[in-house]
Amino acid sequence: MAFGPFLLLALMEGLVTAAVLALAAAGLSLVFGVMRVVNVAHGEFYMLGAVLAWAVTTMFPGPPALAFLAAVLIAPLLVAALAAAADGLILKRLNYDPEATIVATIGLLYILQQAALSLYGPNANPVTAPFEWRIQLPWFGYSGYKLFVVLAAGLILLALWLFMTRTKAGLIMRATQVDRTTAQAFGINVDRVYMGTFALGAGLAALAGVLIVPIQQAQYLMGHDPLLLSFIVVIIGGLGSLRGTLIAALVIGLSDGVISMFFTPTLAKILATLLVALVLVFRPQGLFGAKA
Amino acid sequence: MALEVQGLTAGYGPVTVLRGVDFRAEPRRITCLMGRNGVGKSTFLKALMGLLPAGGGTISLDGRALQGLPAHDVPKCGLAYVPQGRRLFGPLTVAENLAVGGLVRRNDPVRLEQVLTLFPRLRERLSQVAGTLSGGEQQMLAIARALCLDPKVLLLDEPTEGLQPSIIALIQDAVVTLKRQGVAVVLVEQRVDAVLKLADQVAFMVAGRVAETRDVAGLVAGDPVFRTYVGV
Repeated sequence: MAFGPFLLLALMEGLVTAAVLALAAAGLSLVFGVMRVVNVAHGEFYMLGAVLAWAVTTMFPGPPALAFLAAVLIAPLLVAALAAAADGLILKRLNYDPEATIVATIGLLYILQQAALSLYGPNANPVTAPFEWRIQLPWFGYSGYKLFVVLAAGLILLALWLFMTRTKAGLIMRATQVDRTTAQAFGINVDRVYMGTFALGAGLAALAGVLIVPIQQAQYLMGHDPLLLSFIVVIIGGLGSLRGTLIAALVIGLSDGVISMFFTPTLAKILATLLVALVLVFRPQGLFGAKA
Repeated sequence: MALEVQGLTAGYGPVTVLRGVDFRAEPRRITCLMGRNGVGKSTFLKALMGLLPAGGGTISLDGRALQGLPAHDVPKCGLAYVPQGRRLFGPLTVAENLAVGGLVRRNDPVRLEQVLTLFPRLRERLSQVAGTLSGGEQQMLAIARALCLDPKVLLLDEPTEGLQPSIIALIQDAVVTLKRQGVAVVLVEQRVDAVLKLADQVAFMVAGRVAETRDVAGLVAGDPVFRTYVGV
């Protein structure tokens, strides 16, 4: 294949990575921004989304598109409910102490991972894509589902932005993010906001897992890479900044796609990690984050 | 009907700051809290709002006990708080700050209109980010945000600190207007001239207690009571 089409293919693959990464990282960024909790178990919510999508599509008797639609609706809701329970049982009891919650979410990571291993098993299982449609370009054919993932992630992120900026619940979350004490003085139940935020963040990660599973297969260790890349994205974009998260996800996703295809995936990860180190040294608040 | 506090104790972790505060604020009256730095004036307001847990004592508003309520339920009972340093939601717009203030009253448009009538300058700034307002405008917004709660009792912690005289006069006029509308105003204020101009009574705090409460009618600038309790 000539260089131009090869680059186009790399960019398209990178765009898919960026779309899924933006969804997962938006959840991580939201949780840190509002709650100041660094959720190390975030990748496991992504994994649970994928595993539950497999479970739902396996149990659902209808055509693949309907089974997948059921997975899109059910898996993120189940994961969000689990996250809400984890918030009430673990994080709230630690009074959302930043250091203690890091340790607690590391524990949660292993609990969820081992539970998935015990209940789901070590094998990677495929989920049938909701439709088999290919775009035939002059140089190569490309999966229509992958383009659907990009479109769906874009729409979900747009909905998230509208939720945060145009709704009463979003206003309450943003006010709590700025100053939780003052928010309480205006009748905001901060515990409830935190529970909702943690559930929403986990639900977004799960949704990313559901969308990716027809491309990648569901496996109990699949949460590691998204966790690392999500941290890279939110550190570069600025912890708590939705705009920064989106832009950083595009940069990391596209560069990951191109470098992985022209060189190696390992080099892509090395360069991304190096970029994080540079950001931490020269602009610790991230490219779009506010100074502490 | 009034805000009544008896034997209130509170502090920060193991450090006790309030050591049995007895206090009363009534509608249509401005009660100033005075005292040297560190006697517990700001801590007292935070404890009234439930932002610090009360160790003991009682707080009641119109006969309803407030102590022990979660902090987010206190404003629903009719208390509003303007903290020292304003503590606005800086990245949010003026309109959004007012909307947060009005959450308890389900953002009643009539109430919002009343508040904007009291501070017309904010009407011109509704879409501006709060953190970019001038100091005086920020203080107006902090008070306006609290008034969106339509409170029975308004707690103000040094609202004119660091402001220019024209803005101070504007804020003082607003406080007097609120008093006339029936609000019980509790004002932490260190300047004697402001206290003599605004207040109906003064509660002097010493070491976490109200040591003496005086009607302002009998006080003048240079009165020994100010030297005793405030050092001026």
